[in-house]
Amino acid sequence: MVEVAVFAVAAAACLVGAIGVVLSRNPVHAALMLVMTLFGIAVLFVAQQAHFIAAVQVIVYAGAIVVLFLFVIMLLGVDRAAELSMGALPAQRWTAAAFGLGGAAVLIWLVAAVDRLFKGAKSLALETAGLTDAGAGSDPTDYVADVSALARSLFSDYVYAFELTSLLLIVAVIGTVILARRSGYGGSQHNGNASEAAKAETSSEAGQ
Amino acid sequence: MNGLEVVTSWYLVLGALLFIIGGTGLLVRRNPLIMLMCVELMLNGVNLSFIAFADRFGDVHGQTVVLFVLVVAAAEVVVGLGLVVAVLRASPRATADDLSALKG
Repeated sequence: MVEVAVFAVAAAACLVGAIGVVLSRNPVHAALMLVMTLFGIAVLFVAQQAHFIAAVQVIVYAGAIVVLFLFVIMLLGVDRAAELSMGALPAQRWTAAAFGLGGAAVLIWLVAAVDRLFKGAKSLALETAGLTDAGAGSDPTDYVADVSALARSLFSDYVYAFELTSLLLIVAVIGTVILARRSGYGGSQHNGNASEAAKAETSSEAGQ
Repeated sequence: MNGLEVVTSWYLVLGALLFIIGGTGLLVRRNPLIMLMCVELMLNGVNLSFIAFADRFGDVHGQTVVLFVLVVAAAEVVVGLGLVVAVLRASPRATADDLSALKG
C-alpha cells in the first residue's frame, strides 16, 4: 500500500508540474514547476530501485539544468522573458490538440498492448520458474546491487558511447563559449554604454 | 495486499502522459525557453519508461541508457540556451516564430 501511495503522490506531482510548465505565463514559475516534475520522477526512480539514477537526476537536472534555465531567465530579465509568451496561433492550437489527443490515444493503446504482453510473460514465467513476485521478471535480489552492475555495463558494453559523450560535452562547452563571445561582440552597443558609463564614473572619481 | 499493486504499466502510462504534455507544450508555446523546458519533459517521460522496463526485466541496460540521455539532455540544454541568449541579445523581442528569419 505504501508503494501505491508513493506512486500516487509522485505521479500527481509529475503531472501537475508538467501541466504547470506548459500553462504558466511566467518563465520562472515554469522553471519551478519543472523542478517539481523532476523531483517526482526522481522519487519514482527510487521506487524502482534506480537509486543512483535518482541521485544523478536530482544533481544534474535540478542542480544544473534548471539552475541554468533560471540563470538565463534572470540574464534576459524576467519581464522581457515573460513578454515573449504570446498566445498560440489558432492553427497551431488545433495541431497541438490533435497531436496531444492522438498521441495520448496511440501511446496508451501501446501501453495496453505491452501490458497484455507482460501478463502473458508473467504467466509463462510463473509456470516455468514458479516465481511469485509479480513485479520483477527476474530475481530482484541480484538487481538491487545496481551501481556496480551499472558501472560494469557502462564501462564494458557502452564504453565507446561513454567516451563519445565526453566528446559531446566538450563540443557543447566549446560551442557555447563561442556563441556567447560572438553575441558579446554583436551586442557591442550595450557594452559600449557600459564602458562609457564606467569611463564617466572614473573621470568623475578623478575629478573628485 | 488487497489487489492494488504498482505495476509497470502505471509507470509507462505516466511516462507517456509526460511525453504528450511536453510535446503539446512544445507545439503551443512560443517562448523558446519554455519550449526547451518542454523538451526536457519529453525526455523525462522517456527516461521513466526506460527505468520502468529496467526494473521490470531486472536488466541494468535501461539505466545505462538513461545516463546517456541525461548527458545528452545536459549538452542540449547548454547549447540551446546559448543559442537563445545569442538570438535574444541580437533581437530582444524574438519568439520562435521570428526565428524563421534565419532561413535567409
